[in-house]
Amino acid sequence: MNKKISIKINGKKYIANEGQTILKIAEENNIYIPSLCYHPDLRIKANCRVCVVEIKGQSRLVTSCSTLAKNGMEIFTNSEKVKKSRNTNLELIFSTHAEKCFDCSSKFNCSLLDMAKRYDIKINKFIDRKAKRKTYKFDKSVEIDGSQCIDCQNCVDVCSNIQKIGYLEIKGKGSEREIVPTKNKKIDCIYCGQCTVHCPVTSAQEQSQVVEVEKLLKNRGKNIVIAIFAPSTRMTIGEYFSLPYGQNNSQRMIGALKDLGFDKVMDVDFAADTTTLVEATELLERLSSPKAKLPLITSCCPAWVKYLEFYRPDLIPHLTSSRSPHIQLGGIIKTYWAKVKKIKPENIKVVSIMPCTAKKFEISRPELKIGNNYPVDHVLTVRELSFLIKKNKINFKKVKNNKPDTLINDGSSAGLIFGASGGVMESALRTAAHVLNSSSKKSRLEFKEVRGQAGVREAQVVLSGKKLKVAVVSGIGNIKEVLKNLKKYDYIEVMACPGGCIAGGGQPIPTSKTIIARRTVGIYQVDKNSCLRSAHDNKGAVEVIKWLEQQGLDHQVLHTKYFKKIKK
Amino acid sequence: MSDILKKIKEAGLVGRGGAAFPTHLKWQAVKNAHSDKKYLIVNGAEGEPGIHKDEYILINHLNEFCLGLKLAADYVSSSKIFFYLNSKYFDLYKKNIINNLNKVGLKGKFEIIKKTKESGYIGGEESTILNILEGKILEPRLKPPFPTEHGLWSAPTLIQNIETLYNVYLVDKNKFKNTRFYSINVGSKNKGVYSLADDLSIAEVLQQTNFYPKYKFFVQIGGDAAGEVLNDSQLEKKVSGAGSITIYNLIEHNPERLVAYWLDFFVKNSCGQCTPCREGTYRLKEMLDEAKTIKKMLLNDKLKEITDNLFLSSFCALGLSVPIALLSYLENVYKPNIKLYE
Repeated sequence: MNKKISIKINGKKYIANEGQTILKIAEENNIYIPSLCYHPDLRIKANCRVCVVEIKGQSRLVTSCSTLAKNGMEIFTNSEKVKKSRNTNLELIFSTHAEKCFDCSSKFNCSLLDMAKRYDIKINKFIDRKAKRKTYKFDKSVEIDGSQCIDCQNCVDVCSNIQKIGYLEIKGKGSEREIVPTKNKKIDCIYCGQCTVHCPVTSAQEQSQVVEVEKLLKNRGKNIVIAIFAPSTRMTIGEYFSLPYGQNNSQRMIGALKDLGFDKVMDVDFAADTTTLVEATELLERLSSPKAKLPLITSCCPAWVKYLEFYRPDLIPHLTSSRSPHIQLGGIIKTYWAKVKKIKPENIKVVSIMPCTAKKFEISRPELKIGNNYPVDHVLTVRELSFLIKKNKINFKKVKNNKPDTLINDGSSAGLIFGASGGVMESALRTAAHVLNSSSKKSRLEFKEVRGQAGVREAQVVLSGKKLKVAVVSGIGNIKEVLKNLKKYDYIEVMACPGGCIAGGGQPIPTSKTIIARRTVGIYQVDKNSCLRSAHDNKGAVEVIKWLEQQGLDHQVLHTKYFKKIKK
Repeated sequence: MSDILKKIKEAGLVGRGGAAFPTHLKWQAVKNAHSDKKYLIVNGAEGEPGIHKDEYILINHLNEFCLGLKLAADYVSSSKIFFYLNSKYFDLYKKNIINNLNKVGLKGKFEIIKKTKESGYIGGEESTILNILEGKILEPRLKPPFPTEHGLWSAPTLIQNIETLYNVYLVDKNKFKNTRFYSINVGSKNKGVYSLADDLSIAEVLQQTNFYPKYKFFVQIGGDAAGEVLNDSQLEKKVSGAGSITIYNLIEHNPERLVAYWLDFFVKNSCGQCTPCREGTYRLKEMLDEAKTIKKMLLNDKLKEITDNLFLSSFCALGLSVPIALLSYLENVYKPNIKLYE
């Protein structure tokens, strides 16, 4: 049992647990204290000094994020001293950040501007001293814009201590400090974008394709512009429109995309099913062939693929050859659907709505081309889509035109669970269990042993007497221990972001363990209530694969290759 | 209580790095902490201009200091000693130090680490030293946890200044006579280090060392960057901090140049971790550069905002000390008709 303590905040008495920080207690009691460098999943750094509070009897202020409350403490969150110091710190922070407010992609969701409004801060009190700072771009995925950085170190922290990549470093001292990519040849960015989702001020951000997509919609000529959206995106976009965590907003998203001018809106769930069918087949083939490379490892996560290609190219033969769902869907649209609709593939433009920054890099991989066409033309993160919706003043809660366009039929909810860590594996296991099942009973549907929040989850799964040793890696920072014992396993799922795509680098800000858990509950709830819960029950998916095989297009549309990567 | 700890407590030894924390409490905390590994760090950074006492000890009392260090290492059962040393002293005295440490029985138990010049003033702050030794970024750590419980590589760590360990030796030999070292400077020139009673006022130190000027003057005590500035009617105050007195000629000094020196020092030496110091030092310097004269700079109402904020919310003692020299100089020497120093 935690010892209870009694404290006063702004004159009112509160009972709290000993060992809690002032900020945490305030948060639990709905007392607002602003903060920027604080993130519940990262180490406490206390460097922005915006969360300062006054404690009776102390002449200096303390940071509420780092100070434990003690019995009898009297705390003031808005005293004259606090106002003075907090406002000065905010003004100083603005003076390192603010010059791009006008066309900033997060101007509708800016924590800094919210604070400026709340406290009546003059955002241009000091001349912006960082306006000419450099922007570092990491391939086509992520960028760090030094002119917006407020030196909170969250990006460095998540890259080094959570993801254990260590690509970002702090260079220089004092006001010369700058976040830079490491020059170490043995370390490269994997594009996961966890830096972007932990940046409080959009200095680390996705490389925006908003302008390109706007142009595409405006000057479309002969083009048909199709939006496709990833499983997890429907579960998170609502957060930007004050809707609850874990709510499925696929209809609203479809409506909003149509209001933005997309000709068709299709669901990537369908192609998560084709991915499952390809991958489950490969798994069973490898399991039954004595010479095949085991374990089989998933490849849906482009950040994980980049990790393997750069850090462990020796393991490339373990990756499934299956393309990731949105790449498959783009390819299916530009072959199968193009044929059905009698449209030239080069006149179809596909825009993926993704929870991910690495997908921006993935679509440019040349080996994915089908003929002269890339399967997917642009990737927008959930954040970029919400920006477009708000910019165009679309009322997200009340969109009307919300019927999805299907290729043949809807995807299964096994496709939807791709959004959560363990979901790709569970979907593949559902189908593998079905294929191996020789009894009259229905094969197993739920594999709860591969679900959960732990960084590494191991299980032994028995499918019709066949024992499978599986592992799920949630967060690239946990990869090394599994790679060390690779031979132990038959099948491994890896997602670079802790929690999987639902916590991806392109998801709404804030994202934290608590929020991820609530989003994940939503995913499994939808799956539980679904009447189509397995990829193999998606008749359209089976039909499309058959068609591609008949046309000799299956390798070009459904499979891919991987290559050893060196740092550019 | 062990003999040496009792002696240290009774002598009232405090840290001579500037913070004056009771030495026996530090020793006890490290001794009582449970851990397989414990470390001892000698802080020989001596990074603030105007302070020269550690060098003086390395030249004149090296053996005594080494014996004091041995007592500390034995008392806390340290696994290893890291001697973190000012780069100039490292180049000049490394050989002698190694010989003496070997002689007192610490052979194989220590490593001398050269402090880089670039690490500057903040590179002498004790939790920053932990980060430097661990190969982490140059910045102080949050306290708590304190190094005595959670120090180098998370092990309990005793961090002691050179003078403190020298005093430990004196206490052990019953030779400690409540003295301390005073560095005396005239302008930017060091005029020597003197051992005198540790409770002297500024005036007494100046008289006893024959440095009491005949001209109109003011002083800065406890370091040429972070130290407080006092005029010649305020010399009854005791010399605090790291024990330095710097004498400036009231008539001949150039106020703008002096203030620019302090502000430049902090712009260069702020680690950049926290907003009030990283941004505040930059803005203070910018204000002076724009105003060109102190008179004009004082008209800028952002000045007080920035200096108040440094007092109220900076992360470490460096940030807290940024405005001390500037404001005490303005208040005690320059004397504008504006209240800046509370």
